[in-house]
Amino acid sequence: MTQPSTAQKRADAKANAMTRPVEGPAPEVTVTRNMVKRGLVVAPVLIAICGFVWGLNGAWSSAFGVALVLINFTLAAALIAFSARISLGLMMGAILFGYILRLGLILLAVLLVKDAGWISLPALGATIIVTHLGLLVWEMKYVAISLAHPGLKPARS
Amino acid sequence: MEAFAHLAAATGLTGAEQKTANAAIGAGFAYGLAAIGPGIGIGYLVGKSVEAMARQPEAAGMVRTTMFLGIAFTEALALIGFVVFILIGL
Repeated sequence: MTQPSTAQKRADAKANAMTRPVEGPAPEVTVTRNMVKRGLVVAPVLIAICGFVWGLNGAWSSAFGVALVLINFTLAAALIAFSARISLGLMMGAILFGYILRLGLILLAVLLVKDAGWISLPALGATIIVTHLGLLVWEMKYVAISLAHPGLKPARS
Repeated sequence: MEAFAHLAAATGLTGAEQKTANAAIGAGFAYGLAAIGPGIGIGYLVGKSVEAMARQPEAAGMVRTTMFLGIAFTEALALIGFVVFILIGL
């Protein structure tokens, strides 16, 4: 009986790794929980600014935009955490398919309300971009510190 | 532009109607093209992350954290394209 070659052993090990669940806690859930908390804290400020610039319609649209971004983050984290418990390969598929799914859901959500009387599209667009990037940059600071100095465990706001 | 002018003449659209049609076409291209780049980026990012987790399972937590933030940052580009779409197309 012939022994498997080194390349064959590596390929087998990689295939086994792809079908195994990812061990350990789900960091994306913690990251998203922090971002949602911060998002809820800054939401009144964003809504007030949009209300000041675009009026009452701007305030409603801004609230809708913040909700869209937070739901988008939550859905992404839930999809990764759920699929990682099954296998690494499934996690990859879930992330790639989830990207299309979430973009489709955002498009659907906006198409459903585009003709509503309370919608202000500039306010909605500005809120989506500012909230998404703002929360990510805010969270990145804490993640960067904890990755560089794992023992520090910085206190999260 | 000349092609659009010929198209307008052939279809009998007024200037405003033609402008709306052009905006719709532009918005569709903006969103579609803006979604392709992040799609490629996320595919590459996740592929490399999965490879790293398969090679070094003990580093999976760190890789997943950076992967998640990377996905979200890449997706921001698609969202910017989406905002352009809703501003000029809806």
